[in-house]
Amino acid sequence: MSENVSIVIVSHSAHVASGTAEMVKEMVGDEVEVAHCGGDPGGGLGTSVSAIMDAIESVWSDKGIAILVDLGGAETNSEMAIEMLGPEKSDKIVICSAPIVEGAVMAATVAAGGAQLDDVRGTAEDFR
Amino acid sequence: MSNELISRMIDSIVDTINLQADELTFLDQAIGDGDHGTNLKRGAESLLKNRDEIAGLDFGPALKKAGTTIVMTVGGASGPLYGSALLAMAREAGEMPADSAEIGKLTQVGVNAVKARGRSDVGAKTMLDVLVPVHEAVMGGASLNEVRMVAEKSVEATRTMQAKKGRASFLGIRSIGHVDPGARSAAYIVEAICNVLEQR
Repeated sequence: MSENVSIVIVSHSAHVASGTAEMVKEMVGDEVEVAHCGGDPGGGLGTSVSAIMDAIESVWSDKGIAILVDLGGAETNSEMAIEMLGPEKSDKIVICSAPIVEGAVMAATVAAGGAQLDDVRGTAEDFR
Repeated sequence: MSNELISRMIDSIVDTINLQADELTFLDQAIGDGDHGTNLKRGAESLLKNRDEIAGLDFGPALKKAGTTIVMTVGGASGPLYGSALLAMAREAGEMPADSAEIGKLTQVGVNAVKARGRSDVGAKTMLDVLVPVHEAVMGGASLNEVRMVAEKSVEATRTMQAKKGRASFLGIRSIGHVDPGARSAAYIVEAICNVLEQR
């Protein structure tokens, strides 16, 4: 399990999600675990609660998870996924209100330095 | 007895969704991202697949199983919205409600869950513009026919509203003039439930 806060990218598009994750890995490196998911349960554009839950679990860190989302449904589905993971985990997961690509890179950059979850979120959300 | 009622409600809701999916998608293409019908259809499919298992459960667990099924399969924002309503009602529910007051207690919990999940309320051109008046009609002891009429009237009332939530809100005043797809599906579901209760 990672010692740093992990990043989860949730987009309506699988391509946007994987492209964003690729940029994070390229620009930040391997100190931060990054998971991504995109597409609805039928494979079209959209988001899936179970895919988000799986993505969170795949990079679980006790230090926390910062989620970056694109449009409305991605946020609603992420909130649902967090709730369904139960109170013990949900306390350690935040959704950052930030642009998905820039926010993910900023969040991962500070997470790589060992920042706490609040700082990771704050840095992502400060990006304007 | 209760099992059969649950089973028939699922059938009725699934039939309605399948019948109206194209219209819901059409409405959503006008002011949203055009997937509302497709999304709900996927939920209906899996509800049908799990129907016998759901109908075999006590009322509360049946609501929970139905809610989980919808959350996991629908996608979009409507999955978590409808699913959260069912999951919240599942936490409150004991036996199958026997009268309007008991149904009203349950619908209050459902409405509150949708408000919380969507961080929204009436007047934002959403499913709440149907769910809230329907809940109030139930609390007021309205007949099934009156509930159906309230639902239909409420759908139509969203036409002149400006969207404040979801993708439609990006359109600003251009969202005016279109019926909200979430309100439309909510009314269809309410009507499907009324139809089953009427036959009881």
